[in-house]
Amino acid sequence: MTTSDTATDAQLSALEARFEDTIARSERIEPRDWMPEGYRKTLVRQIAQHAHSEIIGMQPEGNWITRAPSLRRKAILLAKVQDEAGHGLYLYSAAETLGVSRGELTEMLIEGRQKYSSIFNYPTLSYADVGTIGWLVDGAAICNQVPLCRTSYGPYGRAMIRVCKEESFHQRQGYELLMTMMQGTEEQRAMVQESVNRFWWPALMMFGPPDEDSPNTAQSMAWGIKRNTNDDLRQRFVDMSVPQAEALGVTFPDPDLKWNAERGHHDFGEPDWDEFMQVVKGNGPCNAQRIAHRRTAHEDGAWVREAALAFADRQREAARA
Amino acid sequence: MSGQDFTTEGGHGAVPLQGVPAAKPGHGSEREWPLYEVFVRGKRGLNHVHVGSLHAADDEMALRHARDVYTRRNEGVSVWVVQARHVAASSPDEKDPMFAPSGDKVYRHPTFYSIPDDVPHM
Repeated sequence: MTTSDTATDAQLSALEARFEDTIARSERIEPRDWMPEGYRKTLVRQIAQHAHSEIIGMQPEGNWITRAPSLRRKAILLAKVQDEAGHGLYLYSAAETLGVSRGELTEMLIEGRQKYSSIFNYPTLSYADVGTIGWLVDGAAICNQVPLCRTSYGPYGRAMIRVCKEESFHQRQGYELLMTMMQGTEEQRAMVQESVNRFWWPALMMFGPPDEDSPNTAQSMAWGIKRNTNDDLRQRFVDMSVPQAEALGVTFPDPDLKWNAERGHHDFGEPDWDEFMQVVKGNGPCNAQRIAHRRTAHEDGAWVREAALAFADRQREAARA
Repeated sequence: MSGQDFTTEGGHGAVPLQGVPAAKPGHGSEREWPLYEVFVRGKRGLNHVHVGSLHAADDEMALRHARDVYTRRNEGVSVWVVQARHVAASSPDEKDPMFAPSGDKVYRHPTFYSIPDDVPHM
């Protein structure tokens, strides 16, 4: 907000006090409220990159739309991928309430200046991956997103409520797909296990590095932007997933994974954080492909965007004449 | 290890919160489609409620996009769209005198009037 440019120190501290007070009462901050610049920037980064993740997230599964094994599965997959586009749009819309432009966010994505979730830089090598992504990747996303419905920034929380309602369909369709394959042939069961083996560790990495390596978590939690730490959410996800895997009849590729009665939680191994950082830096299996595809779609669509504007301009002029 | 903060709650997986530009207003290189605010009537008998915004070249496209983005699961029976620049809004400042008059007119509320308990239907 520009208020801070002209406000005196006394006015500024009054504004800050009111902001802190709103947060302390667990009330929401709304777009035209005064907010600290750090809060605004953190939100823009988080919401924009969340939006980018949803948009890029269409690609790995979109890969299987034309090869889905039945009309039923194709219709489900189309609906799911359309939802991901919708989630991206809700989130871009929330980011824009902070005064940034959609166009610039898109440009920052295709120039690689802003990131998206690393999970989408892994390839979908078999059709079972569609199921595994629904079950584990969307399952992890639900763990992340449910607490975000109570985030302190109103438009972000409201977008997350819509997203969470739809995410449940995503997880269930994935799990059901895998259940169906597990009731099939030996070969199909092996496909499911192989897919789970590839996605388990990247899914755990979705929660980000351990808490001791996340120095700004405390600030984000104080602002009510973030509600749980990375490690808390990862633990919750592991505890949720183990009985689901047993019901499905698959195992996770972690020899250290076992119930710890003392803690009342599962112990598990450490993800390969060097791999995580490599993927974030752009060296994952599909980083270049994902961005190139998004850039092509954006550039190929430019003439459509321009033509629609020209048409609208002409209609307006005709109406005036 | 990384020295770079990530938030897991970048929703669909951890995203870095440092070393990433936050974007400044109005820096896109293309002329954008105008921003529309979207209002949906959930079912007959309810008011239209603001649900979010979207970009469209004109009103008709805005309505079509609103249907696709905000009503994929029977969320509404009617949609309004209006260009965001046409929305006039009150100041968010609580000290603004806009809402003060309702604060000191307690006699506008039914609880202001004490009526004996044995008077029926009041």
